[in-house]
Amino acid sequence: MRFLLVEDTPDLGQAVLDRLTLDGHGVDWARSLAEAEAHLAVSSYDLILLDIMLPDGDGRDFLAAHRRVPRDTPVIVMTARAGVSDRVALLDTGADDYVTKPFDFAELEARVRAVLRRRGGTAQTQVIYADLVFDPLGGTVAVGGDVRDLRNRELRLLEILMAGPGRIFSKGHLHDRLLSASEAVSDNAIEVYVGRLRKKLSGSAARIETVRGVGYRLTQG
Amino acid sequence: MRRPASIRRRLLLQGIGVAALLALVLYLAVRGVAGAAIQTVQDSVLGTATVVIAEELRGGADGISVDIPYAAFSMLGAVGEDRVFYRILVGDQTVTGYPDLPLPDVVPGLTPAFYTVPYQDAQVRVGAVGRSVLVDGNRVDVTVLLGQTRTAQAVISAQMANRAAGLGLGIFALAAVLALISARSVLAPVHDLALAVGRRGPQDLRPVRRAVPRELVPLVAALNGLIARLRSALDRTESFITEAAHHVRTPLATVRMQTEVALRQATDDATRASLRNVIRAVDNAARSTGQMLDHASVIYRSDQPTQDALDLAVVLRDLVGQMAPTADMRDMAFVLDLPVGPVPLSADRLLLESALRNLLDNALKYGTADTDIEVALTSDGCVTVCDRGRGLGGGGAAALTGRFARGDNVGDVVGSGLGLSIVRDAARACGGTFTISPRPGGGTCATLHLPLR
Repeated sequence: MRFLLVEDTPDLGQAVLDRLTLDGHGVDWARSLAEAEAHLAVSSYDLILLDIMLPDGDGRDFLAAHRRVPRDTPVIVMTARAGVSDRVALLDTGADDYVTKPFDFAELEARVRAVLRRRGGTAQTQVIYADLVFDPLGGTVAVGGDVRDLRNRELRLLEILMAGPGRIFSKGHLHDRLLSASEAVSDNAIEVYVGRLRKKLSGSAARIETVRGVGYRLTQG
Repeated sequence: MRRPASIRRRLLLQGIGVAALLALVLYLAVRGVAGAAIQTVQDSVLGTATVVIAEELRGGADGISVDIPYAAFSMLGAVGEDRVFYRILVGDQTVTGYPDLPLPDVVPGLTPAFYTVPYQDAQVRVGAVGRSVLVDGNRVDVTVLLGQTRTAQAVISAQMANRAAGLGLGIFALAAVLALISARSVLAPVHDLALAVGRRGPQDLRPVRRAVPRELVPLVAALNGLIARLRSALDRTESFITEAAHHVRTPLATVRMQTEVALRQATDDATRASLRNVIRAVDNAARSTGQMLDHASVIYRSDQPTQDALDLAVVLRDLVGQMAPTADMRDMAFVLDLPVGPVPLSADRLLLESALRNLLDNALKYGTADTDIEVALTSDGCVTVCDRGRGLGGGGAAALTGRFARGDNVGDVVGSGLGLSIVRDAARACGGTFTISPRPGGGTCATLHLPLR
């Protein structure tokens, strides 16, 4: 997915950019509203991540102007204002959703997914591997035409595995991406989710293979 | 406590005082003028009668004869019940009348002289006339004294005084009523201004724009200056809090995000564990500052809640919708049970949302992954949030709603201990009640009962 990140704090912007890039997303980083406008004039994005306090203006004014044009690129606001009235005001201005700084990246992902799903899948992307047809936004996987619903963590696990079939993903890596860093979970949580996903994929040529002592990978045959 | 000084009372008292003084002056003036007028009239009658008697004196060869005319006395008698005294002297020899009727200080001439003397237990007004009479070719000085008591004059004077007093009282009463009316009308703009300022809501910090009399302009200007200073102080405080939140939260966000990136790249278990701890600490700090801010604004608003017309069903549905992605992350879901039709209530939206959000947030945090959270609303305003979580812990419900109180079973769930205290305070400010109880089969049920419109 292509993100436009509008954030003036250098360290935070760099960290978000790094984090998104790690997951394989394309990111353009604007450090001001003017830069954001320049980017929007030449490129199109799946989603805009917008800070509120920027050196050349208020993100909410940008948002209002963005809605007036009208551009339908969804916007998720990253705000440091955590008060209830601020949240209400943000949604009234036309933000699709918001995350409060400091935010959990997993939560940002979840909200991005929810926004894109609500927008009716402007980025209609199906991922096909072997006899699997995976629809990340719809949250379904079809095994040879038989459509099965996935719960959130099964879906994300499959998304990770399908991004690199044959590649071995360590348990730690999966843990980081599936579970919030501040969440207390049991040691065998990943085994549990892998087990559930295997059940959902039953009957498929594709399967999740355990590489003992290393991790898991998606293979077929 | 001393009652504050009243301008109205002062105006009234001053008006009444001036009226009393004027009435007294009027009374004295009327009495004085009337008394003098009666005196003059009486004196002229007395003088005429004296002159008439004096003119009746006839000198002859054998002495002086006087024929005191009846008309002279009847003229005096017309005045009232007064007693009349006379004395006629030839030279300094009394020839007829009351020999002890006192003489005037000066020798009287043809024009009557008047004087008042005490005589026979009464004040007697005496007219005196002196003339010369030829007796046997010689000039002889004759003096005629005619005295009269003043009973009738005193009666008339008293009557006049009574009328003057009545007039004075009447004018006093009229002036007092006028003073009352004028004090009220003079102070009416002040009263109106006070009412207009008093009627304002607590959030209304607009300047006063009423038309006021010139004398009140400085007061209104001072009031507007004060309002402007108050508003700018509040604005500064608010923008300071916003700025402060921004300055704390942005670096926290940077730390958290960089730590997440580092965690993704770290392979060593010890490093990963400590990076997780950093993230947990950041979350704890962020959560505490957020909750303290929420708690402060709940307390601030509790003093003066607004009355927004809301549909509880819509508010609850929107909130659940906003929090659904967070629930989804943990494979949890909100199961929402709303009544048919709106559930209208009149409450402060911020307070209501704070209460509901904290309830839902708690259920998410303490609920077990892969379970549902049941959110139910009844048409009589009862919100129930039930989770399948770790329950209330050993301290029970009472131990959890205190400020910074957390259960003994929170384990390593990030929290500030303010959530339930926010729910309790916000519910109370909305006029509602809040209870939590263990849920049969495990978990917790939180119930918020809100009064409907």
